[in-house]
Amino acid sequence: MAVTSEVRVEAQYEEFTDKKPIGRVLLQLMRSKPLGAAGGFIVLIMILMAIFAPVLTPYDPVANSFASMTQAPSWQHWLGTDQFGRDLLARIIYGARTALFVGFSSAIIGATSGLVLGVGSAYFGGRIDLVFQRIMDIFMAFPLIIMALAVVSIFGTGAQNVIIAITIPFIPRCARVVRSSALAIREVPYIDAARANGFSHTRIILRHMVPNVMAPYLIMITAFVGQAILLEASLSYLGLGVQEPTPAWGLMLQGGAEEYALSAPWMAIFPGVAISLAVFGFSLFGDAVRDVLDPRLRSR
Amino acid sequence: MSQYILKRLLLTIPTLLGAAILVFFLMRLIPGDICELRLAGSGGYFDENALKICRHELGIDQPIIVQLGQYLWGLVTLNLGNSMWTGRPIISEISLRFELSLMIAILATVTATIIAIPLGTIAAIKQDTWIDYIVRSFSIAGIAMPSFWFGILIIFGILFTTQWWTGVPWMPPIQYKSSWTSWANIENNLSLLIWPAIATGYRYSAVATRMTRSAMLEVMREDYIRTARAKGLLERLIIRRHELKNAMLPVVTVIGIEFAFLMGGLVVTEQVFNLNGLGKLFVESVTNYDYTMTQALVMVVVAVFVFTNFLVDVLYAWLDPRIRYK
Amino acid sequence: MNFSRLIRSALILAATAAVVIAYARPSVAADTPTRGGILKYVVPAEPPSFDGHRETTFALIHPIAPFYSLLIRVDPTVPYKSGNFVCDLCTAMPKATDGGKTYTFHIRKGVKFSDGSDLTAKDIVATYNKIIFPPKGVASARKAFYVMVESVSAPDDYTVVFKLKYPSGAFIPALANPYNFIYAKKILDKDMHWYEKNVMGSGPFIWDGREAGAFIKGKRNPNYYIKGKPYLDGFEAIFAKKQSLRVQAVQGNRAAIEFRGFPPKSRDDLVRALGDKIKVQESNWNCVLIVTPNHHKKPFDDVRVRRALTLAIDRWGGSKYLSNIAIVKAVGGVVFPGHPLAATKDELQQIAGYWPDIKKSRAEARKLLKKAGQEHLKFTLNNRGVDQPYKIVGTWLIDQWKQIGLQVDQRVQPTGPFYATLRKKKDFDVSLDFNCQAVVNPLLDVSKFISDDVSGNQYGGYKDRELDKMFTAMNKSPDPKEQRAIMRKFEKRALDEKANAFITLWWYRIIPHRSYVRGWYITPSHYLNQQLDNVWLDKTKM
Repeated sequence: MAVTSEVRVEAQYEEFTDKKPIGRVLLQLMRSKPLGAAGGFIVLIMILMAIFAPVLTPYDPVANSFASMTQAPSWQHWLGTDQFGRDLLARIIYGARTALFVGFSSAIIGATSGLVLGVGSAYFGGRIDLVFQRIMDIFMAFPLIIMALAVVSIFGTGAQNVIIAITIPFIPRCARVVRSSALAIREVPYIDAARANGFSHTRIILRHMVPNVMAPYLIMITAFVGQAILLEASLSYLGLGVQEPTPAWGLMLQGGAEEYALSAPWMAIFPGVAISLAVFGFSLFGDAVRDVLDPRLRSR
Repeated sequence: MSQYILKRLLLTIPTLLGAAILVFFLMRLIPGDICELRLAGSGGYFDENALKICRHELGIDQPIIVQLGQYLWGLVTLNLGNSMWTGRPIISEISLRFELSLMIAILATVTATIIAIPLGTIAAIKQDTWIDYIVRSFSIAGIAMPSFWFGILIIFGILFTTQWWTGVPWMPPIQYKSSWTSWANIENNLSLLIWPAIATGYRYSAVATRMTRSAMLEVMREDYIRTARAKGLLERLIIRRHELKNAMLPVVTVIGIEFAFLMGGLVVTEQVFNLNGLGKLFVESVTNYDYTMTQALVMVVVAVFVFTNFLVDVLYAWLDPRIRYK
Repeated sequence: MNFSRLIRSALILAATAAVVIAYARPSVAADTPTRGGILKYVVPAEPPSFDGHRETTFALIHPIAPFYSLLIRVDPTVPYKSGNFVCDLCTAMPKATDGGKTYTFHIRKGVKFSDGSDLTAKDIVATYNKIIFPPKGVASARKAFYVMVESVSAPDDYTVVFKLKYPSGAFIPALANPYNFIYAKKILDKDMHWYEKNVMGSGPFIWDGREAGAFIKGKRNPNYYIKGKPYLDGFEAIFAKKQSLRVQAVQGNRAAIEFRGFPPKSRDDLVRALGDKIKVQESNWNCVLIVTPNHHKKPFDDVRVRRALTLAIDRWGGSKYLSNIAIVKAVGGVVFPGHPLAATKDELQQIAGYWPDIKKSRAEARKLLKKAGQEHLKFTLNNRGVDQPYKIVGTWLIDQWKQIGLQVDQRVQPTGPFYATLRKKKDFDVSLDFNCQAVVNPLLDVSKFISDDVSGNQYGGYKDRELDKMFTAMNKSPDPKEQRAIMRKFEKRALDEKANAFITLWWYRIIPHRSYVRGWYITPSHYLNQQLDNVWLDKTKM
């Protein structure tokens, strides 16, 4: 994951956004961001694939079928089968569920925790802010893979632990960006007015601060989904991801895919293509969302 | 300015200390220990007494607080001690791997720069044309593709192509030879390292291309470029003399940060190519419960990270006085 | 220590040594060996230290064994008969005297350590004293193998005498353990830990350097005591963690061989790509994965549920198909297949889970589950994070259980936490466990199935005194026929009546190597026959 300097990230979000109707944003996106629209299209297909998985394929993604082990792509099995005789297309279609589940869960949990911590840190300021920031520093600097290895060694593998491992490094990244936006809002006179009126902290934070940091929050979520899918694949490759027989793209690339790469290359190629396309889609889409939501870049 | 630097420097201490304590407890939360793995890990019969002796030898039978104290004192005195797994000094275990990781980082940076600067510049100049879209798709693909998968494709591509072409499958060397004094070793190392350098360099170039493009766009909007253009300077000259030069700073920054990141661990790529680098050492020491080695490695990575960020911050503060007083 | 009791009960093992194990002999042409060349081979892991007496991993044997001599070893020319022991440093295999309590070994003269000093009986005594009676603070991993030994002494420079407390058939196989490297007394006297970080032996090869995490090199020992050997000029053991990379290394000729074993598909790929440049050696492997239900956890304390689990597994079908994708093959009971003590096919088919008709078997399993009220049981299979064969067999088992209506998912852990779960945390439903031994010795190997307080490495958590009794009886019996009869009862009770834990399929060792590697013969264990003194490179095939 690219390392972003504190200052540079803060500089990006110094100005905060005004609200815009969602319909107009979408329209603008389609017209001015053809790449972003393409990305959005890929994302949409992926979501549909996940929802309608049982309709899209007649095959069970889990059941072994020794009669059809490592078959090349054919009319029966469009993308071939793996070493257990399972249809690869079925596993890729069902794998979209795992990818989206892991991707969105870690993105939303990570970004939301970051939002809470970032806004809280900015709102209360002073010592709390200082301590929070140092803790965030630690998690930001801590090598991701060691965190993941440790989480999995302590709790065991499985989707929820993979999500924990992926979420942890997301939190400080989002918290930092949200905090710098929130800091600017905190200085706005109406927050002081609200305080003078005796409103509770919770109310001020929820009603006045959170809505104003939605832009960086949404930008972070869209960026995180793709990264989470990629991280899940890397963890699976190291044997730390979700486990058989769950259909998952990263898992499909681990073990068997390499063992059979020469005689059954489809096993190694298609899951990798699925991952790349998904992350590609989310990245394009995320870039477009950022361009639209970030006023400094919007002028271009 | 010096006050800012000092303040910023002091702020790194809690980060380093926090990371040290975090890794210390994280490692000890993992069920099992190094002695069980070593003596009972192959599933056969083993001797309980040998377990005790092993734990005593390594000092992991001591109270946690004593172990923590020893570890922190070691950090303060810059004495990393011995690896629990191999019993050798950590410094000597790391140095060999460090050389390899450094070589890859350099080769990958060269690869990335060669791709990124021209592509990023073209994309910026031809903004919102199909050239721009192709360049951006190409670079986003670099970020989207799992680098280990790209690595696997490279290896099998080589095996498959050489088999088909010459009838004899060829495979890059699988061992790194540390000495660069003999030509044979240099040749061996280059033909070993070039593939992972391409696999990681592509992803890396994607980040750098995007940065080059947006930095160029930013500079192109500056007044002095407009002036230059108004003066009727040749477009090529404008790009080379003014735009590229001024856009370079953020690009160099990104390259620097990515370089530091590469040093810290190509954990997954090293597995694919069997590279004996820091990333592989990292994974092995965690799975082997090698507390001392993991702790030392984490501290090295965190320190490199913290130091790079410190440099970047100072650089930006120096460029933009507003930051200093924030 | 439970194990000492176990060994003691297994002492009258006279039969073991007498058992002649007949396996199919791999056909290798016996051409005249030629000198020269460096053998490159890949090893899956780097050993933590170089001291064979304290480590337990095969990753130590592969790169380090060529540097050392043993007192006795498995016959390297017919290693597949792993019960055949021959002298390495001694001159003739001794007959036990004093009613089986004394073994006198005469030591070869003129053997030199690589530093030029003579190897004498004193060195051998110092070595075995370190292994059997380690001083305080020195770890010896297999000390428990030698509980029967009273003393080791050297009446003169070329005689070593082992005195036993009681006669024991387990003694000679234990002595042939491939980890018992002979060290120099003068070094041990100074520092018992010296051999952890250094290598100095009298074996066919001498130390030629290493790079941490990358490789270990050896060069020919010109003073090796067998004239003309070793044939090789040296070797390079290259560490490569990923199996696919090890296969690629053999394919691209970066390495000639890997001594642990490749999956069947890799063998096929290599043969297809390289034709007669690849030679394949195969053997049943003295390793097996065992399904271990946690007897302390409901409903696995119910024998009906356990029996249903084993009845659901189609072993005969698995042997046919699973053997195409995993390093497992032979259907067998508790005894290494092919061993005289092993069950015949007819005998096996009487046992639950080995019935010839899998439909009938699964119907019975469903019936049992219904009776136990567990028709829709869901549980988690605890497994080790190793692809071959653990995860493949795990995935297969889950599918087998799915076919009797059970829903099973898999928890995979790295080796360390996996063992912590089995040994300490015990927070699993059903786990895979394994038994993997060097020298084939079924009478002792089945100790995996006896009560946990006696066995020491049985993790299901059950106690079965009936099995313990049978185990002791069979080890005390001098009559192979009687041993075999008791073994059948033992097997039937352990796998069927009680279904305490059950065997999946036995491992299958496949070594596809460059055909220019000659003189190396496969064994039923990846721990054995790794001194490489007989190995040579056939330049006509390079």
